[in-house]
Amino acid sequence: MTQPASPARPATPKTTPAGPRPRGFRPDVRTLSLVGVLAALVLIGGITQPDSFLDTNNVQLILTQASVIGVVTVGMTFVIISGGIDLSVGAIVALASVWATTVATQDYGFAGILFTAVVVGVGCGLVNGLLIAYGGMVPFIATLAMLASGRGLALQITDGKTQTVSVDSVLKLGERDAYILGIPPLVLVFAAVTVVGWLVLNRTTFGRRSVAVGGNAEAARLAGIDVRRQRLYLYLLSGLCCGIAAFLLIVLAGSGQNTNGNLYELDAIAAAIIGGTLLTGGRGTITGSVLGVLIFTTITNIFALNNLQSDVQEIAKGAIIVAAVLVQRRTSTTTS
Amino acid sequence: MAPEPPLLTMSGITKSFPGVRALDGVDLEVLAGEVHCLLGQNGAGKSTLIKVLAGAHQPDDGTITWRGERTVLKSPIAAMRLGIATIYQELDLVEGLSVAENVYLGHEPTTAGFVVRGRDARTTTAALLKRLGHGEIGPGTLVGDLSAAQQQIVSMARALSHDVRLIVMDEPSAALDPDEVDNLFRIVDSLTADGVAVVYISHRLEEIRRIGDRVTVLKDGRAVAGGLPAKETPTRDVVALMTGRNVEYVFPERPTAPPLAEPVLTVKGLSRQGEFAPLDLELRPGEIVGLAGLVGSGRSEILETIYGARKASTGQVVVDGQVLRPGSVRAAVRAGLGLAPEERKAQALLMLESVTRNVSVSSMSRFSYGGWLDRGKELDAARAATRELSLRPDNPSAPVRTLSGGNQQKAVLARWLLRGCRVLLLDEPTRGVDVGARAELYAVIRRLADDGLAVLMVSSEVPEVLGLADRVLVLREGAVIHESPAADLDEHRVLDLVLAGGR
Repeated sequence: MTQPASPARPATPKTTPAGPRPRGFRPDVRTLSLVGVLAALVLIGGITQPDSFLDTNNVQLILTQASVIGVVTVGMTFVIISGGIDLSVGAIVALASVWATTVATQDYGFAGILFTAVVVGVGCGLVNGLLIAYGGMVPFIATLAMLASGRGLALQITDGKTQTVSVDSVLKLGERDAYILGIPPLVLVFAAVTVVGWLVLNRTTFGRRSVAVGGNAEAARLAGIDVRRQRLYLYLLSGLCCGIAAFLLIVLAGSGQNTNGNLYELDAIAAAIIGGTLLTGGRGTITGSVLGVLIFTTITNIFALNNLQSDVQEIAKGAIIVAAVLVQRRTSTTTS
Repeated sequence: MAPEPPLLTMSGITKSFPGVRALDGVDLEVLAGEVHCLLGQNGAGKSTLIKVLAGAHQPDDGTITWRGERTVLKSPIAAMRLGIATIYQELDLVEGLSVAENVYLGHEPTTAGFVVRGRDARTTTAALLKRLGHGEIGPGTLVGDLSAAQQQIVSMARALSHDVRLIVMDEPSAALDPDEVDNLFRIVDSLTADGVAVVYISHRLEEIRRIGDRVTVLKDGRAVAGGLPAKETPTRDVVALMTGRNVEYVFPERPTAPPLAEPVLTVKGLSRQGEFAPLDLELRPGEIVGLAGLVGSGRSEILETIYGARKASTGQVVVDGQVLRPGSVRAAVRAGLGLAPEERKAQALLMLESVTRNVSVSSMSRFSYGGWLDRGKELDAARAATRELSLRPDNPSAPVRTLSGGNQQKAVLARWLLRGCRVLLLDEPTRGVDVGARAELYAVIRRLADDGLAVLMVSSEVPEVLGLADRVLVLREGAVIHESPAADLDEHRVLDLVLAGGR
């Protein structure tokens, strides 16, 4: 019997303070699987409609459509990570879009429209935030109330009529001439919001505090975080995103309507959830949410190109949400 | 008398989870009518073993024999049908339902299969509660309105509502006051007199001496001793089996000279309606002051009120001559207070996050410029703090939930060390910490005090308060009834004070 003479252990690389820092972007299994789903969808689209799907115009269309709901979803992701929910995003988009397109606002031109959309969004977020953070209301109830009254107010402003935009500088943003290197400006806004959202979540104290509040609000409070103020800020942020999204929608549609943003709350929540954000808070990524948005938008596009009715689309959406959550449950139980 | 076959024989039970072998060929034999105690440190495999017994986990290997017959416990329901009931530490009651509804949850007496005969359920529940010595609990009361001790009784009533032959009790005395523990023991005695076997899990050796018949000791997923006589086996032997070495609590030495510095924390007439009477307290740098008292004597409430997590009814907290805004944790933290709360997982840790993020959470402004985090600086600082306390593993990105209890506590301490806090409030600092890891934690706390921190600690373990603190305040029903240097007290004296007010 030969005992292996105590083998020289390979020098284990000890991490030292001077050693490598954790890298910022580490795509995990979950993100990669979402990328895989998206790639598969592109493949399906390319096979079923080889001519029209991969056409530049179509790709631009998909990304443009993703932009509006995408911006909303970034804000929603922050709220859900912090353990909250914002059911009022669709109503805020509608209210901001009609308020920003009244005859009186349009008199102030481009700046007036943009300013109004953002201020209305932030204002609604402020009301949500105050009710939840300082009024002690459950987010579900407070934002449900905002959903109802926001839609009501939007209807009151428009009287149910479409408010056509006559400000050229706004309309031009949606035209082909405004594309920068083939990219629509709306998509650039979406990209910018995504990047800023990612940085805020991963690189700032604001992001950390949001995650801490969602992960364990009591622990965050006892660690000295001002939980209530953080919650207020989060709903302000969601409102801001809605305001930006409303402006994008105005550019895209060339009008403001009280029916805008219908069911955005559900689309944004669904995108965040399939992107891996925990509905109970404490965990989530901007990357995942944005991939979720792109997946949903691409499916809608493929179905439209193949002349499938929207009822089939909705069924498929539901199935995807279920499948994504089941897969995530499996991966999370095997890795922990 | 022919020897009866054992009620339950588990042999060679093995159970692995990804990365851990929780049970490695464990044998357990339980006789009808005995109290069989299960001892072991945290992580020794006790919980896994009782979950196998409850049908909640399936063993990878091994056999279970129940009343002489090989059996497989496929599910909790299967175990219950055989007559095995488990009362978990975290009670699994529905707070929004009544006592009777909880007792009969899942096996309600029904007419025609679905109409619940509520009156029958309430009558039989009342009888069960009376048998348990708690006739005062109304079967119609909402469980959420009951005290923890009463809820435990309801759990037991639920177990007895089945035709039970074996009851597993997981640390049933942990949340109970002494007289409630006495009642618990009476219940256990009456159960065993009826031939029911009890598997009793506890950390408290004196309880095992009082009611136990035999002891099985688990260590690292193995049964290192089975069926020892509970009353005769010397404590030293039991501790040696549990730890694998002879351990006595080792407390660090106290500094020889009493601290002379000006008090850093002064509490003047602080009180909270219905929780504790006006309290005066001075705490100097380098000093450890202990609060001793029973559960419910207001210990945790005092710490949390000083910290601003509860708003004081009267009085002030003064740090360095500056009066803190009452009810503001942020004011307390800014003034240099830090709290390591009793419920670490619920009140202190971000369980989904890494060690670094848990440590840096209270000091983020130090690593950020206009809200922008310098993560390199954060990592270095957090690592310096965790190394200072020898937190294991030495891996800043390890998820904090994977750490042992002792190391989780160190992560909380590192948070305040990094923050540069000056007064540390420790609520049950060794709760959920392995016996073997406690001495190290004591040393850490003493070292922090030697470095100039003032420490105010609360513990329900009297030897811990006496061994670690310099000065002890004894609490009874929300009021300080005694104060003296720890060296002038012993365990009996403290228990006398606590239980009888020193008379």
